[in-house]
Order: sequence, then C-alpha cells, then structure tokens
Amino acid sequence: MVKVMVYPPTSMILADLVERTGHEALVVSKEVRKKVNTPGLDSPPLNMTPEDPKKGLKYAAVDVPSGVRGRMSLLGPMIEEADAAIIIRNDNCTLGCTGCARTNELTRFLLKTKRIPILELDYPEDEFQAKRFVHKIHEFLEGLN
Amino acid sequence: MKSTKYVVTSQDSDVLPSDIALKIYELGREINVKETCFGVIIDGEEEDIDATVEEIRAMDESNIFIKDRGFPPGDPRRCRGHRGGGARPGFYMMQHESEILPLISRGLASEAMGEEASPEIETRKRPSLVELEKMIKEEFS
Repeated sequence: MVKVMVYPPTSMILADLVERTGHEALVVSKEVRKKVNTPGLDSPPLNMTPEDPKKGLKYAAVDVPSGVRGRMSLLGPMIEEADAAIIIRNDNCTLGCTGCARTNELTRFLLKTKRIPILELDYPEDEFQAKRFVHKIHEFLEGLN
Repeated sequence: MKSTKYVVTSQDSDVLPSDIALKIYELGREINVKETCFGVIIDGEEEDIDATVEEIRAMDESNIFIKDRGFPPGDPRRCRGHRGGGARPGFYMMQHESEILPLISRGLASEAMGEEASPEIETRKRPSLVELEKMIKEEFS
C-alpha cells in the first residue's frame, strides 16, 4: 500500500479512486480529524496549537502571510508522508480551506520537487475525457505496486 | 479511533440515500447514519466503518463515492443548524465534483468492462513542417 497525496487535498473523486485500488489517500480531512480529536481545540482548523506555526515555518518564511503558514502546518506533513501524488491542473473549484492560491502553488511546488511519481491531469469535461481520466489514474496507481 | 465518511451517490445511480441507510441498519454495526440530499454521512469506530464502506460500495460499484470527513455528523462547529444557515464549509468543492460524478461513473464502468480509453485529442495534432514536406513529396512525386 502506497500513500498517495491528492491535489486538491479535499477532492472526493481522487480520494475515492485511490482508495478503490487499495492505496491510502492523503487528504486534508484526515489531518483535520486529528485536530478534532485533540482536546482543548475549540474550533479546528481555525484554532491552532503553539506547535502548528512552527510546523508551518518549515515550509514558508515568517514574512509569508499567516494563512499560508497555517495551511502548510496541515499540508506540509502530508507532503512529507507522500510516496506518490495526483495533481489536478484545472483546480478552479478550490474554495474554502483550499482557497489560498499561494498555498496551492507552494503545495504543487513541494510535491514536484520531492522526486516522487506524479500524475498531472485535468478534470474531465466530457465522457471521453472522463474515460481517459479514470484509465490514467488506474494505470498510475497499478504501476505503484 | 472514530472515523467519519461521506457516502455520495452519482446522479446516474438507482441507489437512494435511504437505501444506503437501510443497508447500514441491516448490518447491525454501531454506526451513526445521517441521511443527506447527496448521500449519507456515517460515523463510528474505524474498523466498523472500513468494513461497512466495502459493503456500501458493492451496492453500486461505479456510482457510489466515499470520502473522509474531519468532523462528526451534527458537530456544532460545522452544522448549519447551529451556525445560523449558509453553505457548509467544503460545500462548493463537493458541488463542483458532484456535477462531474456521472462522467466519472461512466469512466469507472467502462474501466470495469475492460474497454480501452480513446486516444487523446493531442495526438491528432497538425503535421510538422518536415512531415508536411514528406507528405507532399509522397503525393506529387
């Protein structure tokens, strides 16, 4: 079983396709769950522990907006854990917790510089593209075994 | 450890959220089920949830999609009833992906049947200058 990071890290389609093939999808909700189970945090991920900014500082400098560092405290450990990654290029749908363009750029950059197998795709717009989309992901994930 | 998952059905699916909820009740595991418009949210111990996920997926292999959720169902920090309405955080991503779920379902079905994916459109590109020259020579020589 390989740990596959999906980008957007909240993507249901990618997480589902990864877990269908028996691999583990690294998604942001699993990291949020760890925070939810931590006693003393009223409203994660908006609340942070004193350790979180330190984690974020590993990936982004102190003059970078705090939102980027806060998000990187969740995404950074996932990137380090990842053995492979699937990246969606036309990610116009990223809103909410994944809505920070600079964090998204940094995430893609860190994944690409990590020298792990990466599959880059676009969300499909018609049936033919969807068949290719599913086929490419299956081929990529089977190749990881 | 507790685990929470979204079970989302594609628009092409004949399985209703209530069918999934009934299936979970039949299994008799200690799992909380919340029916929603897009599917169900299930919450319980990780082992129970993992076993249940496999059985739910078997109901309609290519039309049921499952995703992890950070917060348990009805959590006041996320529940719209407690926050005074408005879209739930994460709704827009799910809305966007739900729109293309029927396409993905068809892709999964064709993959399961072993159909070959059609070649990419990029392969039907314009011929390069060298190729064009070769074609002209072949045609007019």
